[in-house]
Amino acid sequence: MKPFEQQSLSKRLHLDVPLCFGLLVLCGLGLMVLYSAGGEDLGIIIRQATRMGVAFVFMFLVAQLPPAVIERWSLWLFIAGIATLVTVLWVGHVGKGAQRWLDLGFFRFQPSELMKLSVPMVVAWYLANKTLPPNIGNIIIVGLMIIIPVALIAKQPDLGTSLLVATAGLSVLFIAGIRWKIILIFGALCSMCAPILWYFMHDYQKRRVLTLFNPEQDPLGAGYHIIQSMIAVGSGGIYGKGWLNGTQSHLEFLPERSTDFIFAVYCEEFGLMGVLLLLCIYLFIIARGLYIAANAQQTYGKLLAAALTLTFFVYIFVNMGMVIGQLPVVGVPLPLISHGGTSMVTLMVAFGILMSIHTHRRILSS
Amino acid sequence: MRETGKIKETGKITEFPMRRWFLLSIYTICMAGLLFRAIDLQVLNKEFLQDRGDARALRIVKIPAHRGMITDRNGESLAISTPVNSIWAVPKKVLASDSRLDQLAKYLQMNDEELITLLKDRIGRQFVYLKRHVDPALAEEVMLLDIPGISLQREYRRYYPAGEVTSHVLGFTNIDDSGQEGLELAYDSWLKGLPGSKRVLKDRLGRVIENIESIRTPDPGKQLVLSIDRRVQYLAYRELKTAVNHYKARAGTLIMLDVNTGEIIAMVGQPSYNPNNRTGLKSGNYRNRALTDVFEPGSTLKPFTIAAALESGLYDLKTTIDTRPGFFKVGDHIIRDHRNYGVIDLATVIKKSSNIGASKIALSLEPHYFWTSLARVGFGQSTGSGFPGEVSGFLNSYNNWSEVEQATMSFGYGMSVTALQLAQAYMAFATDGMMLPVSFLKVTEPVSASRVFSVSVARQVRGMLETVVQKGGTGYRASIEGYRVAGKTGTVHKTVAGGYSEDRYLSLFAGMAPASNPRLIAVVIIDEPQGDQYYGGLVAAPVFSKVMAGALRLLDIPPDDLSALNGQIVAAGGSD
Repeated sequence: MKPFEQQSLSKRLHLDVPLCFGLLVLCGLGLMVLYSAGGEDLGIIIRQATRMGVAFVFMFLVAQLPPAVIERWSLWLFIAGIATLVTVLWVGHVGKGAQRWLDLGFFRFQPSELMKLSVPMVVAWYLANKTLPPNIGNIIIVGLMIIIPVALIAKQPDLGTSLLVATAGLSVLFIAGIRWKIILIFGALCSMCAPILWYFMHDYQKRRVLTLFNPEQDPLGAGYHIIQSMIAVGSGGIYGKGWLNGTQSHLEFLPERSTDFIFAVYCEEFGLMGVLLLLCIYLFIIARGLYIAANAQQTYGKLLAAALTLTFFVYIFVNMGMVIGQLPVVGVPLPLISHGGTSMVTLMVAFGILMSIHTHRRILSS
Repeated sequence: MRETGKIKETGKITEFPMRRWFLLSIYTICMAGLLFRAIDLQVLNKEFLQDRGDARALRIVKIPAHRGMITDRNGESLAISTPVNSIWAVPKKVLASDSRLDQLAKYLQMNDEELITLLKDRIGRQFVYLKRHVDPALAEEVMLLDIPGISLQREYRRYYPAGEVTSHVLGFTNIDDSGQEGLELAYDSWLKGLPGSKRVLKDRLGRVIENIESIRTPDPGKQLVLSIDRRVQYLAYRELKTAVNHYKARAGTLIMLDVNTGEIIAMVGQPSYNPNNRTGLKSGNYRNRALTDVFEPGSTLKPFTIAAALESGLYDLKTTIDTRPGFFKVGDHIIRDHRNYGVIDLATVIKKSSNIGASKIALSLEPHYFWTSLARVGFGQSTGSGFPGEVSGFLNSYNNWSEVEQATMSFGYGMSVTALQLAQAYMAFATDGMMLPVSFLKVTEPVSASRVFSVSVARQVRGMLETVVQKGGTGYRASIEGYRVAGKTGTVHKTVAGGYSEDRYLSLFAGMAPASNPRLIAVVIIDEPQGDQYYGGLVAAPVFSKVMAGALRLLDIPPDDLSALNGQIVAAGGSD
């Protein structure tokens, strides 16, 4: 760790320069891809850029909060989140066939997004004050903290988000040093539960999983997304067809091309080289997140930073895996590239937390 | 617990270095997995997936070929194809955006429910015509609505400048530009051409985004030059229509042939139809009666009986026939003349149109010989014009003839002909005994003719036919000032169920001009003229006269009536 004699401007603003740089590059690339995927509509770009601006403001504001404050808020945020999830199940707005939205009149709010942050926060808050690695009792309590929101979100139904929330919570537990033995037992239990889970899954969810293994079975129905997507990715080749030249997307064969499947548009237009570039940018951001986690001075910060970074990684992996046909179709956007607002704010708040953890170190340790 | 936590906060916090490495390796494995998959798709399977993509977006579409123009003999257009647009829809996509459907319905002249039902019934289809062959302004307005799933298709629409004047000859094409009736059908493959094809980039809704390449340029259909003279056709149509209206007749037909080539100069029918707008039309009006309807030729057949008599050598111009006392018993049947003509020669049989005279001549001839002389001029066989729906008429075989049949055949009952057959048969008198094939197309090369009568017989009969049109003949009203006209009238009792009608007639006139060296033949038929006048010489002959006179002038055929031209010749001689 480098000793800082005087605080730089970025330190005083509580901004992490490498992270900011990575995020800005990503946003720029995202706007470019969206311009192509959205049918060269400048309006979409302006709206997306506005959302990015709002999300950056949120990130900046959160970065100003000392980690201790965030830690104190963790439980209350979690309780509020659970409350809104329950509310949404009762009075939620149905969008695209699922109850996910809470219409507050001026603002449509998706509580499941909040849980992506508050679950790892509350788990980290709970474990930060316990002896690590956690004992069985704590693991069970943490388990409940994870399962309740996950179940509520899965009921909406929103399998993708619920899996992400579970991942976020579990990754805290993992980083907190949960014993391998318990992980193995848990894993075994999960695989035993898989048939039961299968039984409780919606038909469309089952179909998505089955489609993954054989998209050709129903090429115009369930397999349509994945076939079109794979065609788009593959026809990009090594160097791609060039920006704005993707036929699959521009001829509207590719569904959801500006949201969940935007990566396919990117692959078609920028090819394998573009994929490498994008992976490098993401890896840079992830590496910085892990660096922040490794250098965190408190357990809470360390656990949360690592968990948020891990969740970010899972986002990318699930989305890309879906687009190139390795994972089932779940509604997970590609971070900072996909069109859409709520998930972007959540994401940037997470990066705000990372920056807060990193930039408040000296103040706390002095 | 709390204390240990505090200690960890200030000093070391619990670290699990193995976890970090584990996580990093998980990241690496996942990223490597993604990358391998990307390489798999983008490098190894690139060709395959690109082909699949192309298969979705690249389509080969047909370029409609321009249908060949039909012109008259002078190059005046009779049928032309103009490019038009058709509006079509992808029902699913259109229904998904029902915002402007009411406006669309208004443009399509439908009500909203009709349009929606139409689309809903065809929801599974990818291509549904909404309205075909719309005019460009409407097409533009519809496209301005910018409704997803609505597109235009380029097509050709047939337009007939002469409208109902040429409709029976030309026929028409259907909305898919293929011939349905008339010459449009007969020469469909000649006119149609070969559609081309091109490779285009289409989006998911089938809209053409970009033309990639032309695979085959469309081969436009060939032009068809008809033998019809549009000017004569107009004239004939006008005169026939006037006559049919005047006599409140059921129908009418007029054919004019060029004697030297067998070309059909004009062919018109009543009632006609407008081929450019066929809505609400009775299908009976499509019929080209000149070739599809048969009738008993009646007295117009008598010249052929006389020609057969002269050709047989049993008769000459001086031979007389006793037609007294005005009726003649054949078996159980009685054949009558209008009045008792007494003992008359052959020319008078024609001039007065004596049924008894014709019957006695026919009965004196060998049935086989008489049959041959009728079959030779084309009766009982199709003219071979190739016109769709042409019939051959009926000429009973001589083996089956009864005596009375042989007798009535001589004045045109007991057999049937088409107007075109009759016109073609009269050609033998005009060409000094030659038969030529008839043609709807302009003839540029000499046609092979076959001799059916000797020159002298043909001339003799033509001379008799001339007397018909002279003062005192039945066809005097067919005469034309300045020209010698030869022809024959016919007034035929129409057959009805159970026999011949007493008050329904077919008025006929068949003739040629100029009689000294005929150039044109015309046949006029007025079907069921109403009122007191129904004789061919009164109803059909005037139509012949007007149309023939006009045609002779239009075609610059010099007059041959010396008595009318005497003054001019003297004047010319005086200037020498």
